[in-house]
Amino acid sequence: MAAVVDIDVLTAQLGINWSDVNLDSIQLPPGNDFGIESDDESVYQDDQSEFDTGFGNIIVVDHLPVVPKEKFEKLEGVVKKIYNQLGVIKENGLLMPVDPDTKMTLGYCFIEFNTPQEAQNAKEKSHGYKLDKSHIFAVNMFDDFDRLMNVKEEWEPPQERPYVPGENLQKWLTDDKARDQLVIRFGHDTEVYWNDARQKKPEPVHKRSYWTESYVQWSPIGTYLVTLHKQGAAVWGGADTFTRLMRYQHSMVKLVDFSPGEKYLVTYHSQEPSNPRDASKVEIKVFDVRTGRMMRDFKGSADEFSIGGPGGVAGASWPVFRWAGGKDDKYFAKLSKNTISVYETETFSLIDKKSMKVDNVVDICWSPTDSILSLFVPEQGGGNQPAKVALVQIPSKVELRQKNLFSVSDCKMYWQSSGEYLAVKVDRYTKTKKSTYSGFELFRIKERDIPIEVLELDNKNDKIIAFAWEPKGHRFAVIHGDQPRPDVSFYSMKTAQNTGRVSKLATLKAKQANALFWSPTGKYIILAGLKGFNGQLEFFNVDELETMATAEHFMATDIEWDPTGRYVATSVTTVHEMENGFTIWSFNGNMVYRILKDHFFQLAWRPRPASFLTAEKEEEIAKNLRNYSKRYEAEDQDVSLLLSEQDREKRRALNEEWQKWVMQWKSLHEEEKLVRQNLRDGEVSDVEEDEYEAKEVEFEDLIDVTEEIVQELM
Amino acid sequence: MTIECVNPEGLRFNQMKSSSHQTLETRMRPILMKGHERPLTFLRYNRNGDLLFSCAKDHTPTVWFADNGERLGTYRGHSGAVWCCDISRDSSRLITGSADQTAKLWDVKSGKELFTFKFGAPARSVDFSVDDHLAVITTDHFVGTSSAIHVKRIAEDPEDQVGDSVLVLQSPDGKKKINRAVWGPLNQTIVSGGEDAAIRIWDAETGKLLKQSDEEVGHKEAITSLCKAADDSHFLTGSHDKTAKLWDMRTLTLIKTYTTVVPVNAVAMSPLLNHVVLGGGQDASAVTTTDHRAGKFEAKFYDTILQEEIGGVKGHFGPINALAFSPDGKSFSSGGEDGYVRLHHFDSNYFNIKI
Repeated sequence: MAAVVDIDVLTAQLGINWSDVNLDSIQLPPGNDFGIESDDESVYQDDQSEFDTGFGNIIVVDHLPVVPKEKFEKLEGVVKKIYNQLGVIKENGLLMPVDPDTKMTLGYCFIEFNTPQEAQNAKEKSHGYKLDKSHIFAVNMFDDFDRLMNVKEEWEPPQERPYVPGENLQKWLTDDKARDQLVIRFGHDTEVYWNDARQKKPEPVHKRSYWTESYVQWSPIGTYLVTLHKQGAAVWGGADTFTRLMRYQHSMVKLVDFSPGEKYLVTYHSQEPSNPRDASKVEIKVFDVRTGRMMRDFKGSADEFSIGGPGGVAGASWPVFRWAGGKDDKYFAKLSKNTISVYETETFSLIDKKSMKVDNVVDICWSPTDSILSLFVPEQGGGNQPAKVALVQIPSKVELRQKNLFSVSDCKMYWQSSGEYLAVKVDRYTKTKKSTYSGFELFRIKERDIPIEVLELDNKNDKIIAFAWEPKGHRFAVIHGDQPRPDVSFYSMKTAQNTGRVSKLATLKAKQANALFWSPTGKYIILAGLKGFNGQLEFFNVDELETMATAEHFMATDIEWDPTGRYVATSVTTVHEMENGFTIWSFNGNMVYRILKDHFFQLAWRPRPASFLTAEKEEEIAKNLRNYSKRYEAEDQDVSLLLSEQDREKRRALNEEWQKWVMQWKSLHEEEKLVRQNLRDGEVSDVEEDEYEAKEVEFEDLIDVTEEIVQELM
Repeated sequence: MTIECVNPEGLRFNQMKSSSHQTLETRMRPILMKGHERPLTFLRYNRNGDLLFSCAKDHTPTVWFADNGERLGTYRGHSGAVWCCDISRDSSRLITGSADQTAKLWDVKSGKELFTFKFGAPARSVDFSVDDHLAVITTDHFVGTSSAIHVKRIAEDPEDQVGDSVLVLQSPDGKKKINRAVWGPLNQTIVSGGEDAAIRIWDAETGKLLKQSDEEVGHKEAITSLCKAADDSHFLTGSHDKTAKLWDMRTLTLIKTYTTVVPVNAVAMSPLLNHVVLGGGQDASAVTTTDHRAGKFEAKFYDTILQEEIGGVKGHFGPINALAFSPDGKSFSSGGEDGYVRLHHFDSNYFNIKI
């Protein structure tokens, strides 16, 4: 950080506008680093073995027949014929040495190709080529010879490297105040903080300028923070500060995605085509997060990675590969035109070596916990062939359940977080086909035969604005009706008498809301009015069906709960020019603190892995919360005492400092009194003399007037 | 802290305690003074505090009774927006700087134009010296001329008045406006601030640059306003970088920084209590049509010492361009892009605010 500041100062002195400087255009003379240490350690680690010898396009072909001089040309012709098919041999690029004594060939030759790629290709294709029974080619790159010749005769045991204990990647979970971390990005800076709600401020953990070149992202269970760079992606983590754990080379990477168990990292790069009619080029790599090894890469035109919807987006919709639920990271699937390709991670190849053919499939969705894929196929042939929603078991590819739907315009699938339910929002045409109305098909995945229930809203013409499942729960919330004052309804998948029937819990009329944010623990929900509603927030308790608080974060653009559901962050990002920054609220809608940062881009809570506590234990804790919370209450009180103490101290210091200034000004003013008088031609100015006396202000309020007549007795 | 507006013309002060929010409400009716047809640019009380002078883009500086807001008179003669004014200590002379490339001296009582200083560029700010014998006038850069600070001698008798400059100071970057220049203690220095975000102290005799604000701690964007304490010991600057800063006038030491959420156009210091007021708002050209709250056209009160916000006064429908405290500190007025001057007399609750 200091270095950057120094640079700013230096450039200012030199009169250079730092922002105008194109860093990429600066070329240091080779071999001179001007004493600037690269922060790329690999520059120092790699021994200089990478020098190009210039022989990369030469191969050595061995096991050729040994022929006398007469047959030399014939053999040369044969060899040329073979290798001309594999690449362009340079002029005079074939060299077959001859033994000067016997005038016989030595049984090998050198071939120089135009490019190293051709040489590599020729080597791979012709190695093991059978010229005849006794002459099977052995082909090597010329460059490899040196290396192979240097192999020592005797085997040397590799030096044992001393054991270096790895970073404790989980240390942040052992914070004794049980706080959560969050990362924010603003301007050029990226900073990680503890959310210290007790102190009513964030406590810095780590900060860096220019940490990432586009954005940052936490891995799904919070172990890593990934940053994006020109050269590729990097993950950071560790015990106390964020150190770089691994890098993944993928030049101009645009997007990244983790598998849910964070074993694999998928990186994405797309290149705009030079010819606008062509599709853009897409390259996707899958890395093993821990070892940094690339497991598989996929290249092709964007069409192969998307269904090419009418939207006509450049590149593909992200994530291209959708990971099956659960922490095993076993399967991932890709949707392309008329096909669903499901890969498994043991071999990184297609299951059963082939994709699934599903005509006109437009959407797929994994269950968050099981390897079940839900897919949606829209109506075909002008309604002759109905639309279809189906559940497919992977890897068996068995269709568990399917439902045909008629006169459907669109479908959206919503899985409940523990994979128990699937809600499909179905937009159907009305009879006139002029407008649509919405309903839900609710699948109960965990029950026998997967029963489906149809749910229609009370007023089925209502537009559905938002839908959200309660995490880990059986309830869901729907915003429906017309703007600007839609209704919010809560439904449960259970009724008091019958656990297999959906029931409505309540409808809240005329709310200023267009987005729903359930607490990750369920029970609480924020009904948020973003965009047009200017950031209205209503904190609602669904158990009691009551509003806990209403608040406003003016112009809020984003809302994110912390992983424990204790706090929630609302932020205003650079979408708006003003009031960029974020506010932290408690779950019940008390504002904890607010931080303003200009050019605020992003806020992300660090996710936590699943709890080790069993459901029973959690319930027990919830029941006996009083006993468990005692310890924390005492701590809270200590902290608040300390805070007020600190606050008093701070105020005292500020006051003292100010008084010092005031005293100084006063005495100087006194000193200059005569001079001032002279300046004003001798006029004495008394008014200003009392200016500092006016500190204590007495203000008289006339409360009552009573007249008393005092009679003097003579 | 959210400030709810119960009565759109009322004033609310929020009292922040370390843990709980308490709202202390003072409600006062502002006096709306509608005399200008264009956005306000500057406000100034005379030394006695009985008169309030206002400048606006509508060419006509106006004087008002500071207690009831009654209009007393106007000063006609300028043919461009009037940017700034100052009143002599005895309230006899008024000096105004205008975009018509002149600064004019007026007789306060009769409204008569006494003298016109002609420049080749708009006059941006004016300030009388301690003895009223000198005035400092800043001019913008214009075709062929770069922005400059001029010192003029003010004659006792207007008959003797001449237009020559005693001293002309050139800003290092002549393309950037000098938005304000004022006299330092005992007329020894001139303090200037402008679009290049730097505050400079000049020797008023020799014209030498004595001090320049540190880039590290100083403002990051254009300085829009500068207001000095009555005893010339310290001054407050407001800037587009959404902060106001309090400086020692002799040493140019940064003492306090007040951070707000909108660009600051105007600043004022209470002569009575340790309060500073910042006014501003989204740039007029960027004001959205969605919601008046987006602009934050609020005069914000801060505790001078603790640098904490104590409350705000709403009411303007556009950015606040001018703020002034009456010399007794018992009232203040604000002038907005909306063309209104709002005059507020504090009620007793204001004086009891404790934070």
